[in-house]
Amino acid sequence: MHLAYPAVLAALLFCTGLYGVLARRNAILVLMSVELMLNAVNLNLVAFDAWLSRVAEDTLHSGQALALFTIAIAAAEIGIGLAIVLAVYRNRGTSDIDRLRDTAEGHDPDDPDSDATGRALPAPAAGEKAEATA
Amino acid sequence: MTTTTLAVLVPLLPFLGALAGLLLGRTAPGFARPLAVLPTLASLALAATVAARQGGGGPVDAASELTPTGSVPIELALHIDGFAALTAVVVGTVATCVQIYSTGYLRDDPRYPSYAALVSLFTSAMLLVVYTGDLMVLLVGWEVMGICSYFLVGHYWETPEARAASLKAFLVTKLGDVPFLIGLFALAADAGSFRITRILGAVAHGGIDHPTLISLLLLAGVAGKSAQFPLHTWLPDAMAGPTPVSALIHAATMVAAGVYFVARLLPLFEASQAAMTVLAVMAAVTMTGSALAALAQDDIKRVLAYSTIGQLGYMTGALAVADRGAAVFHLLSHGAFKALLFLAAGVVIHAAGTNSLAAMSRMSHLRDRVPDAYWTMTVALLALAAIPPFSGFFSKEAVLGVAEHVVTGHTEHAPAAAGWIVLLAGLLTALLTAAYATRLWLLAFRGSGTEAPDHGRQPLTMTTVLWVLAVPSLAFGGFAFRALPDWFDGHDLTPTLTTSVLGTGVALVGGIVTYATWRHTTAYAARVPLGAVAAHPEADAGQVEAEAIASHEPAYGDVAHAADPADPGRLLLGRLHRHAAVGFHLDAVYSALFVRPVRAGASLVRFLDREVVDTYVRGAGTLPRWLGAAVRRAQTGNLQTYVSALLAGTVVLAVAAVLVATGA
Repeated sequence: MHLAYPAVLAALLFCTGLYGVLARRNAILVLMSVELMLNAVNLNLVAFDAWLSRVAEDTLHSGQALALFTIAIAAAEIGIGLAIVLAVYRNRGTSDIDRLRDTAEGHDPDDPDSDATGRALPAPAAGEKAEATA
Repeated sequence: MTTTTLAVLVPLLPFLGALAGLLLGRTAPGFARPLAVLPTLASLALAATVAARQGGGGPVDAASELTPTGSVPIELALHIDGFAALTAVVVGTVATCVQIYSTGYLRDDPRYPSYAALVSLFTSAMLLVVYTGDLMVLLVGWEVMGICSYFLVGHYWETPEARAASLKAFLVTKLGDVPFLIGLFALAADAGSFRITRILGAVAHGGIDHPTLISLLLLAGVAGKSAQFPLHTWLPDAMAGPTPVSALIHAATMVAAGVYFVARLLPLFEASQAAMTVLAVMAAVTMTGSALAALAQDDIKRVLAYSTIGQLGYMTGALAVADRGAAVFHLLSHGAFKALLFLAAGVVIHAAGTNSLAAMSRMSHLRDRVPDAYWTMTVALLALAAIPPFSGFFSKEAVLGVAEHVVTGHTEHAPAAAGWIVLLAGLLTALLTAAYATRLWLLAFRGSGTEAPDHGRQPLTMTTVLWVLAVPSLAFGGFAFRALPDWFDGHDLTPTLTTSVLGTGVALVGGIVTYATWRHTTAYAARVPLGAVAAHPEADAGQVEAEAIASHEPAYGDVAHAADPADPGRLLLGRLHRHAAVGFHLDAVYSALFVRPVRAGASLVRFLDREVVDTYVRGAGTLPRWLGAAVRRAQTGNLQTYVSALLAGTVVLAVAAVLVATGA
């Protein structure tokens, strides 16, 4: 198989993931997009490893080893990421990253008026939370 | 032990006593009194031994160079001639009396250990000034006295008067010390040495190129230290300190240092006619002005302070007519009777509970409460007024006699104009001195009205030293005037007939006129009640005095004088009284000349700092702050914005890298 096919597939996957990271509002979907990007890289690693072992007769298969490594890291990352998202959702009643802007300049955590994501909207947050637990 | 070893020990013992007192004062307060009195007493004994061994013969000289100090060597040198030996004995005597007196005077004072240690340090510094043969070492003692006087005058630092007085004493003397230091350097540059013997040798051979300039610079320091016009204003205010300190500063130590310094270097001053004339004018203005001011003071200690300034004027007058023998003779006898006057005044203030003469003149039987102070003070006031045969008569006549010598042209050392100035001012001051001495005595001891409070007998330590000092006040002059010329330059110090008759005559006139005025004015005393007494009359003398000084201004409207129509000085001075009471407005002049310009300069600097320098600093900070505000807007808190910016940056960098790599 020509190297171009997996490379183009990996580029498409990466761009999809990148779009998802930049454009999706739900934190879980952003995490899924990150997974897509990681897997695009994995695909590249495996493809180039196969290509190199054939062309340059590389016997070390470092690409495959690195891909395994990335999969392990990705598993850990998604575990922690999902846990954080879950905790934020329980706390704030939302996982919309457009509304999780506590680090914005001029944001005062003690000021209830500027805290648009949390205590300012208790009713819908409580409703969403109820939905989530149901 | 050799005379040199003994002489080294004389200033060293009080210094060690001061060190031990400062170190042990807190941990072992029981040692404070022995540590204060014994080293001073021992150093008095040693000074007397040194004087006996020196015996008016050739000067004892010894020097050791501790370390090389560059172009002009500084040596630890001793130069003990008759002047040094006798002055040291007087310093030791007065310091010992003051230390003994202080044990009673500051009996209950919690700060006694540090006070006594500072008095010891003061004594040691003065003895160093007296014995040293090197001007730099002399300067060390000179400045140590300055700082000790600052601490001692400010002993009651709880009162604003004492704080202000101690600062004033320090600043005014420093105002003279700066030219003094420059003068010393100029002198050493001309003579090539700081040793007094070598400088005098250079003077004798005409080796000093700028005698007038150097003399005038040195005179500024002398005027500051010896409280001569126009730098005398610190001395009356220094009365805010405890009475024993006043006695020490006024009688034998600090103020005597200036006169003694000129006496040591008199040939240098003689080399400049201008300096001698300036000295004469300074002495004349000082003695007449201070005598007039003394006549108007209400605080008993301020009267004595102005009289000290006047007597120092006599000494500088004697120096202006080039006779240091007469000057040091007056210094010695004045040391005895002025110490006695101050110490007796301390007893009187304690007994009366006030330092105001107006209040004392409304108390009867004060003299029965303090018989020791009454009799000894009478002796000392007679000596002050130069009535024969008290010691002040002989020393003052010696000064006047020398001035008369110069006037009649018997000597070529001093200009005749200086002689006339000193003689006329001296006679006028003799009249005024007798007047204010009589006024002080009449107001303090001849008062009528309510009976003085009775606190029992004064402590024995305080009354004994009065009698000890009364002996030299009474007899020193009469016995010494024949023997002293052997110790000094050999000039005859016997009173001459003309000046004796004139001097004693004007003194008697002054006394009698004051008495007559007092008889006339004393009737008013009953009509105008005045008087405030210390809040704790049973406390120790130091506290009573501090309270008396602190209450004078609220009670009488001023620290210096009281509105008392029964005061004979008011009638005698007439319209001059108002000006004399405030020291002829010299403080106002200083305030206009120095204090206000300095304050204005300080506010200008404050304005420059706050408004000009700070504007630059704030301006420099403004641009980064604006930049920061602009950059801060990028921080929206939206993660996706950040990642987008990151991606854009990466793309730009990648494109740039590709372009560079392909060479496009």
